[in-house]
Amino acid sequence: MQIFCVQQFSGFQQNTCASTVNNAYIFKQDINVRPLSMSGHVGFDSLPDQLVSRSTSQGFCFNILCIGETGIGKSTLMDTLFNTNFENSQSTHFEPKVKLRAQTYQLQESSVQLKLTVVNTVGFGDQMNKEDSYQHVVNYIDAQFESYLQEELKIKRCLHNYHDTRVHACLYFIAPTGHSLKSLDLVTMKKLDSKVNIIPVIAKADTISKSELHKFKIKIMSELVSNGVQIYQFPIDDENVAKINTTMNSHLPFAVVGSTEEVKIGNKMVKARQYPWGVVQVENESHCDFVKLREMLICVNMEDLREQTHKRHYELYRRCKLEDMGFTDTDAENKPLSLQETYETKRQEFLFELQKREEEMRQMFVQRVKEKETELKDAERELQGKFEHLKRLHQEERMKLDEKKTMLEDEMSGFSRRKLAAELLQAQAFTGSMNIKKDKDRKK
Amino acid sequence: QRNLEGYVGFANLPNQVYRKSVKRGFEFTLMVVGESGLGKSTLINSLFLTELYSKDYPGPSQRIKKTVQVEQSKVLIKEGGVQLTLTIVDTPGFGDAVDNSNCWQPVINYIDSKCEDFLNAESRVNRRMMPDNRVHCCLYFIAPSGHGLKPLDIEFMKRLHDKVNVIPLIAKADTLTPEECQQFKKQIMKEIQEHKIKIYEFPDSEDDEDSKVTRKIKEKMPLAVVGSNVVIEVNGKKVRGRQYPWGVAEVENGEHCDFTILRNMLIRTHMQDLKDVTNNVHYENYRSRKLAAVTCNGVDATKTKGQLTKSPLAQMEEERREHVTKMKKMETEMEQVFEMKVKEKKQKLKDSEAELERRHEQMKKNLDAQYKELEEKRKQYEEEKVSWEAQQRILEQQKLDASK
Repeated sequence: MQIFCVQQFSGFQQNTCASTVNNAYIFKQDINVRPLSMSGHVGFDSLPDQLVSRSTSQGFCFNILCIGETGIGKSTLMDTLFNTNFENSQSTHFEPKVKLRAQTYQLQESSVQLKLTVVNTVGFGDQMNKEDSYQHVVNYIDAQFESYLQEELKIKRCLHNYHDTRVHACLYFIAPTGHSLKSLDLVTMKKLDSKVNIIPVIAKADTISKSELHKFKIKIMSELVSNGVQIYQFPIDDENVAKINTTMNSHLPFAVVGSTEEVKIGNKMVKARQYPWGVVQVENESHCDFVKLREMLICVNMEDLREQTHKRHYELYRRCKLEDMGFTDTDAENKPLSLQETYETKRQEFLFELQKREEEMRQMFVQRVKEKETELKDAERELQGKFEHLKRLHQEERMKLDEKKTMLEDEMSGFSRRKLAAELLQAQAFTGSMNIKKDKDRKK
Repeated sequence: QRNLEGYVGFANLPNQVYRKSVKRGFEFTLMVVGESGLGKSTLINSLFLTELYSKDYPGPSQRIKKTVQVEQSKVLIKEGGVQLTLTIVDTPGFGDAVDNSNCWQPVINYIDSKCEDFLNAESRVNRRMMPDNRVHCCLYFIAPSGHGLKPLDIEFMKRLHDKVNVIPLIAKADTLTPEECQQFKKQIMKEIQEHKIKIYEFPDSEDDEDSKVTRKIKEKMPLAVVGSNVVIEVNGKKVRGRQYPWGVAEVENGEHCDFTILRNMLIRTHMQDLKDVTNNVHYENYRSRKLAAVTCNGVDATKTKGQLTKSPLAQMEEERREHVTKMKKMETEMEQVFEMKVKEKKQKLKDSEAELERRHEQMKKNLDAQYKELEEKRKQYEEEKVSWEAQQRILEQQKLDASK
């Protein structure tokens, strides 16, 4: 067992790993990491094995999205790639909108378990007006990110058990016209390149001749570059796979043929398509790039595709989403904010807003009550006024009545006096005349 | 479940994972806790076949501490192409004072602060690489008294067992005979169970071989260890050991102590699992406690049960919706009360209006009656006057006639 003895630089406090093995590991920001030498075999070189055995026992998970027109061979290619028959009925050309159909399968090879989800677009490119076609795909991809983000933000979460549905690779099927990309292709890929690892493939490549294919590939790549579409590049930073990945990068996009039918070539049964003029062998590298695709997609870079999805595309989505919701890493004075502080501030704002709403509603009611009260008071006053007025009228009438009464009384008392006076006079006159008569009678 | 015919290639995934992990490098934080002089530094040196402390980087054991310190040393070690950044956290002064109440607090604070750092790094909007400085394993050194656990031991383990993976060790096991050691172990495990202390449990594996090994380890818990910084020649072999007049206690001899078991378990087979348990259990506990405190601030304790399954934002959304319904209800109630009061007031107004009307009618009637009475009286009077005046005129005429 090899023993790595790193020279100890006395007094050297920085991370001084002068290793030629790796130059890109993460602990550069740790100051005060000093190298130490060991005098024997400790045994932590089994760490990668421990990690692998844990991952293997958990099982792996991979999600592929296939975008392409109806009938371009998406399902057949998936069947061929994974050597199995995924149940897929043929779709019609008359779908009103683009749909996405996801199916999950549990596969096993040697002792490795893979939970594979294949997502197919249905009806892509069939509509008269294709403006919205890519939107459904973008929505699907975002929805998977959202789902993961929600799980990650939960208080009690279960990330290590979570069934990751985020799309790890997107195979974009280009129609084998031999000329150039369609505008739908460019538009769609442009919308997706910051959300998912795009691997463009030329479908049904057995309809293009070798020279046409060469020109076609160059045209496609230059169109992608000139339109700023970022397709997935096989990673070249790991020297174990740098060489093969670099070579493969130059063969992009892969021209593929899919077939689940088998034809006898020599004394072997191979996957192929039988034509009158010959047999196109799927796994023959001079016939098509199928083997290259399988190699790159599955054997060499599957883990990198997963890693890129998680580290790049998901992080971008998450960052944008959080920023939209008003989260920042630093507060107004550019000091770092912890998550709790942000949550607390948000919560304060939120409670404050709720309180404000309640207050507003209450105020509105208070206002209404006031208005109504004034209204009613006015009505009351009006009524009061009315009755005051009537009362006054009544009083006036009463006064008049009393006047008339007094008048009558005066008249009546006047009359009584007259009567009395008259009677008195009469009585006097009578007694007087009586007396005169009496006198007269006496005189006689 | 499908088994594939023919080659697909994802059986290579484990290799891809292997490759990437080697490129990334590994990190591990190991904490050692125990009274001074129990051989903690020596054990680390024995485990990693190195000298952790030297003249340039002196260890804490040479210094006398008044209070418990928490000190970390970060080293980079490489073996077989694998890089490991190892952080050793030492706790000098632990249990050394006369009054040791709360001597675990600095330890707890350290562990929590590392979890806090990770939580903050994980929660940033812009996340970079997150170095994992969380404590993955805590070796707790028990003094080889041979009797049982001390109150400090029990107290410490009880407080830390749900924050970190605790692996208790019997230190300086070369002072115990095998029988004494057996007895001691039994007693310790009994006390651990009595106090419901959850020490690190080795996961059962599906592999029968591994299961046998795991079971054997479990039977020997807590592991009794001996450490040494000195290499001695025994029977022509160079081994680490402690030289006594009566023989050499060999560190890596399975019959002398359980060191090899500890090393194999800690480094060669279960290092990754220690990290996983720290990440999936201890850290998640810390995180959910921390976040629950934030979001359940001011919320009724009886309502918190169902809220932990949501993110704080989703929870705020729900609270907002609840509030909207509550406001609607409040609004309808207020509206009702308002309408009712208005109706009352209006009714009152109406009633008083009616009352006044009635009174007015009454008074009018009264007045009219009086008017009528007056009319009657006047009529009477007029009649009387007219008739009397007529009478008077007759009398006058008579008188006039008589006087002629």
